[in-house]
Amino acid sequence: MTSLRITNVHLIDPELQTIQLGSLTIIDGRIAADDLSAPTLDGRGKYLAPGIVDIGVKVCEPGERHKESFRSAGLAAAAGGVTTMVTRPDTDPVIDSPETLEFATRRAQAACAVHTYQMAALTKGRLGREMTEIGFMQDAGAVAFTDCDSVVSDTKVLSRALTYAQQLGALVIGHPQDPGLSKGAAATSGKFASLRAIPAASPMAERLGLERDLALVEMTGAKYHADQISTALALPALERAKQQGLDVTAGVSIHHLTLNEFDVADYRSFFKVKPPLRSEEDRLAMVAALAAGILDIISSMHTPQDEESKRLPFEQAASGAVALETLLPAALRLYHADQLSLPQLFRAMSLNPAKLLGLPGGSLAQGAPADLILFDPDTPFVLDRFKLHSKSKNTPFDGQRMQGQVLATFVHGQKVYQR
Amino acid sequence: MQLQHLLGIEPLQPQQIKEILDLADQYADRNRTSSRNSKVLAGCTQINMFFENSTRTQASFEIAGKRLGADVMNIAMQASSIKKGETLVDTALTLNAMHPDLLVVRHPHSGAVDLLAQKVNCAVLNAGDGRHEHPTQALLDALTIRRSKGRLHRLNIAICGDIAHSRVARSNLILLGKMENRIRLVGPATLMPAGINEFGAEVFHDMEEGLKDVDVVMMLRLQRERMDGGFIPSEREYYHRYGLNAAKLSNAKPDAIVMHPGPMNRGVEIDGDIADDLSRSVIQEQVEMGVAVRMAAMDILMRNRRQNLEEAQR
Repeated sequence: MTSLRITNVHLIDPELQTIQLGSLTIIDGRIAADDLSAPTLDGRGKYLAPGIVDIGVKVCEPGERHKESFRSAGLAAAAGGVTTMVTRPDTDPVIDSPETLEFATRRAQAACAVHTYQMAALTKGRLGREMTEIGFMQDAGAVAFTDCDSVVSDTKVLSRALTYAQQLGALVIGHPQDPGLSKGAAATSGKFASLRAIPAASPMAERLGLERDLALVEMTGAKYHADQISTALALPALERAKQQGLDVTAGVSIHHLTLNEFDVADYRSFFKVKPPLRSEEDRLAMVAALAAGILDIISSMHTPQDEESKRLPFEQAASGAVALETLLPAALRLYHADQLSLPQLFRAMSLNPAKLLGLPGGSLAQGAPADLILFDPDTPFVLDRFKLHSKSKNTPFDGQRMQGQVLATFVHGQKVYQR
Repeated sequence: MQLQHLLGIEPLQPQQIKEILDLADQYADRNRTSSRNSKVLAGCTQINMFFENSTRTQASFEIAGKRLGADVMNIAMQASSIKKGETLVDTALTLNAMHPDLLVVRHPHSGAVDLLAQKVNCAVLNAGDGRHEHPTQALLDALTIRRSKGRLHRLNIAICGDIAHSRVARSNLILLGKMENRIRLVGPATLMPAGINEFGAEVFHDMEEGLKDVDVVMMLRLQRERMDGGFIPSEREYYHRYGLNAAKLSNAKPDAIVMHPGPMNRGVEIDGDIADDLSRSVIQEQVEMGVAVRMAAMDILMRNRRQNLEEAQR
């Protein structure tokens, strides 16, 4: 029996939405009743929270291991306080069969100290034509089904896939963008994109995509999560669907919560993400929607890209940013700006994603797995991208002042990272 | 602030624009005499890198460089290393290692010339990047206007046609705005960029109304090669509504001048008779001013570069 008692810490409880100075005892990898006989670790007044459950991490295995492997992603996750990575199937080849799923699961288990769960593709090759073996892959451990940023444009195909997923109780994750309107876009249409002459799409593309998906969810009764909502235009549809009682949740990426389109400045391709960065009004609307519970989940949308794929003219440069290690300090910007409380942040980063996928974790309750982070929300630092654990260094926060550092990360009671 | 590169009109101050135009004015006059060649850029190596086809602009830059005594080299980028998979930045680094003094770059993607300028230590002159900017075109248009109108402020100027896909329109809009002119944008709504109402220009979808009492009519080429399809119903409908002919031009001031950056699609955006009417059209003069403006820009960039190098040696 191994045990540990972490004392003198502020406990952030996302279920009770409280912060309390106290202690927490871990016995055999689980949170247990307070046990004064356990060896202690003095938390020195810092903060202890359930580890982050990050939905939508891209690990470039199989296919592009030079960008990110399970090993490097696992190290980055531990250093960033992410105790559970839920990985994307948009690899090469696509994870769209029990065999590729089994490969990724095996690699993850061998190389990662943090928990990993796999998502699988909804359609074969993410091509939007035929559904994958959802049942087999669910049995093999896939926690959700998604074609990632490749939108299933054929509504018949999507409606059948949703129907099939519904009878299995499988979660489908959509990327709400109208494929026609958003085709070729690298920015949000408006004055900035027009001045820089970057091909752009109207934010209406997101609302169109979401409205369509929600209509099909209403038709099929499927369990649906929108991977990223980024525009104020899309929020009323989401709110309506929730009021209607549809089994719908929505996420937002950390970049859409903390950056806006002007950050692209003179064509800085590290700020090219998908969907593109939005206006400041949209960013503030996302923060408010998160506080109001209209948006449920914050994700890193960790997307490693090597220098070669970013060092290109903006239009041609690859989309995406690494974010496993910057997720927490970036999210803490919202805390320091008095826009979201720490319990609200951890509800969106830990509790809600765990609940959505039916995973243990995200909780400080007795019996919950001891997946925990000890952190100091105030430590200031300047981010140096070359110090990230990810193989790829494409972060938009390079050189920026940030606040908040992970001091230690525990997975099942084991310390997997210490600063 | 000293100019190291000429990447666009946006970063220029009105005073810098005026300096370039004043010098170009002198070159324009001298270009009409037999003593038009000089040795101002003697010993300078100028490389023209055109990633997009161009005959007139490339010829203009080549003549400008040669008149000033530079060693000019043209590389047709489409036929070379990019075909072999080399990235823009690697190409730039390769050429940079040969120590040129000036790179003149045209590229089909917005922002590509900015990116290139960050990676080299010679002067970079943007000869057109995607839909973004084409600074020497805006400068030559400004010089043409100033020479025929006697001033470059408080004029009513209509820019007509495919605004959305045009770097010429964007650079002109910025330059003429900086010099305090009233600008009208005329064209179908599908060819207007998003957020156009925030640019400080008036937008007209009716050409006759848009041309009312203007001093300058700037036509744009209908960029057919840029079209994804479906921006306008047909060429003939476009010509009917937005092609410049005598009837539409009669709405402008009687002494209004007609401009076009070329190459023209006669019978699509402009009537051949108007284009050839030397009492109205300054299209040939624009080409002439192009050489003068490019000479002036290169002269200034090279002067600044020499100064910087000398300061660095000291």
